[in-house]
Amino acid sequence: MTAVAEEQKVIQPQGSSRAFAEVLLRFRELGIVLALVLVVGATTIDNHLFLSATNVQQVLSAASIIALLAIGETIVIITRNVDLSIGSVLGVSAYASGELYVHHPHVPLALVFLLALGIGVVCGMVNGLIVTVARVPSLVVTLGTLYIIRGIDGAWAGGNQVNASMLPNSFNKIGYGTIAGVPYLGIIAILAVAIATYAMRSFRTARDFYAIGSDPDAARVAGIPVGWRVFLAFVLSGAIAGVAGAVWLSYYGSVDAIAGAGYEFQVIAAVVVGGVAIFGGSGSVLGAALGALLLNTINSALVVVNVSSFWSQALAGGLLVGAIAFDRLIAVRVAPALRTRRRERV
Amino acid sequence: MSDLGFQPHDEIPATEAPRRTGIGVFLRWEVLLLVLLGGTIAYGAAVSPYFLHSTNLFYISLNVGEVAIMALPLTLIVVTGEIDLSVASMLGLSGVFMAELFTHGWPIWPAMIMAVVLGAFLGAVNGFLVTRLGLPSLAVTIGTLTLYRGIAQGILPTDTIGGFPTGLASIGVVPIPHTHIPYSIAFFLALAVVFGIVLHATPLGRAIFAIGAGQEAAFFAGIRVKRIKFWLFVLSGTLSGFAGVLWTLRFASARYDAGVGMELLVVTIVLLGGISIFGGRGTIAGVIVAVAILGSLQTALTADLIPAQDQNIVVGILLVASVIVPNGGELYRRARARLRSAEARRHAAAAAKAEGQ
Repeated sequence: MTAVAEEQKVIQPQGSSRAFAEVLLRFRELGIVLALVLVVGATTIDNHLFLSATNVQQVLSAASIIALLAIGETIVIITRNVDLSIGSVLGVSAYASGELYVHHPHVPLALVFLLALGIGVVCGMVNGLIVTVARVPSLVVTLGTLYIIRGIDGAWAGGNQVNASMLPNSFNKIGYGTIAGVPYLGIIAILAVAIATYAMRSFRTARDFYAIGSDPDAARVAGIPVGWRVFLAFVLSGAIAGVAGAVWLSYYGSVDAIAGAGYEFQVIAAVVVGGVAIFGGSGSVLGAALGALLLNTINSALVVVNVSSFWSQALAGGLLVGAIAFDRLIAVRVAPALRTRRRERV
Repeated sequence: MSDLGFQPHDEIPATEAPRRTGIGVFLRWEVLLLVLLGGTIAYGAAVSPYFLHSTNLFYISLNVGEVAIMALPLTLIVVTGEIDLSVASMLGLSGVFMAELFTHGWPIWPAMIMAVVLGAFLGAVNGFLVTRLGLPSLAVTIGTLTLYRGIAQGILPTDTIGGFPTGLASIGVVPIPHTHIPYSIAFFLALAVVFGIVLHATPLGRAIFAIGAGQEAAFFAGIRVKRIKFWLFVLSGTLSGFAGVLWTLRFASARYDAGVGMELLVVTIVLLGGISIFGGRGTIAGVIVAVAILGSLQTALTADLIPAQDQNIVVGILLVASVIVPNGGELYRRARARLRSAEARRHAAAAAKAEGQ
């Protein structure tokens, strides 16, 4: 659906087709917001404590980490690739941050985040290099690095655990602190989404991502350095996952060898529910972040309405499958309409 | 480009087919695999004097039984250019389903059969989404991987179900009488023969290769592309369900997280076995050798006291390597072509300069 819409928008910046495409583009974000309102409303009627400040803060904080990861995954999926290793990258960078504090308790905050960023960038570079130089499908590469990085994490951490008591207060505060009732994590995620949204709309490099995802061959013919851009997408995804690792540690306060295991599926579910086409070439960071918020809100609502939280994984999977099937059905419906429109113009 | 070719890759027409002369004949992938198998066995034997003992060989094959069975249908799926990442989740959910039926008073045999039927149904869901809705199998099976495992977790959150009839449960841990072959590997070998014949000696096998080589061409050649793919996904589900039954009997208990993460092993075996990730190429023989390699490697690493987490590093590297290495020749050709064209450009520039003077 949106792939076609995106094309239209680029080809024909004026006229009615633009309005039509705009509606299609806005539709997904609007739909998620509506679903959010529905879930929150229904759950609040069931239990008014659902909208209590503490619960809202909790949902927002947990969703923030998924939303951060979703930004990176969105970029990768837009280039028609996939990054399955983000959960492992988050895990190893969270553990590294914890270890850094254990050995050097007075290390400045900036250095911790720099370390987390560095680890993420290195992991992303490995993924990107193998994908672009060896021309191996990113699915296989990142499935491999998912286990390789997790294995390195496990070999390093062993049975160790870093606890909140070993971390300085200034660091822990990132996880639970609030400004005017809004948790720091929420602010970080909102800022990140705002910057990424602006960048994905306005930067030429970012538009290249869309072009590559729409049609890699055409992008190459158009002179876009496809290899470099795909490499960059993986580095960005890795970097964000690395930083998210430090953020994760500050929120949960303790880290062991399995931190962030399985996050890749939650993130991909959020991204796809958020309207990013799994075929690449279309989607927005804002949608993906809203998808993350919706997923976390539903998870929290399940607990409130007394459904076991053990069902949350099934829910994520169901929403993922439902979202791609829904997108496909819409695309099948919308494509003929768009074709006739184009013919009329000619 | 196959659906799973997420990575944009050049569709450079192969101008020169790689010639196999002299030593090249021995550079077939399967031969490399046999060398690798020899190396793994040597490593195992060096680590433990009991490595080649028949009891150990029995445990090696016991450990890879379920993985090996699931690798067979996945081989066919990858040959058509698709993928099924949900195999381990189907194994887990089938096992939980069988155990739930059993605790609800079903006799064991119908419960086992229903578990296999459930596997077939789960595979049919994958197949429907991929072939009828035209969705990429990668995305579908990542989704169902999460969904099926999540349903298993929802049904059986923290408990373990056991108490299966001991006679039946023991087939998971004892060899077939008078041999050292576990039942699961016997099933695998029998299935492998059938799969080998079907893939390499029947019209259906040719059709599967044709789909992998070029889906559209296969369609216009009259091959029922969607129907074949659909049934391959059903087959994958069925055998994953069957593997789930074997797994549950082997451990005499069902848990929601049975075989979690095992898709890594299954995919690694298939790709290590020389099945091209882009579809259209590979042999069952290669997959059988890959099963042997993975099985002995895991046991050898365990004998070498390397923890399971670290073994995953090895398997992950093996997975990535087994897709990079077959591309090696292509990479080399490309690098050489690039160097040559750069040189030609330099020559042309120099010539132009000389002319200018």
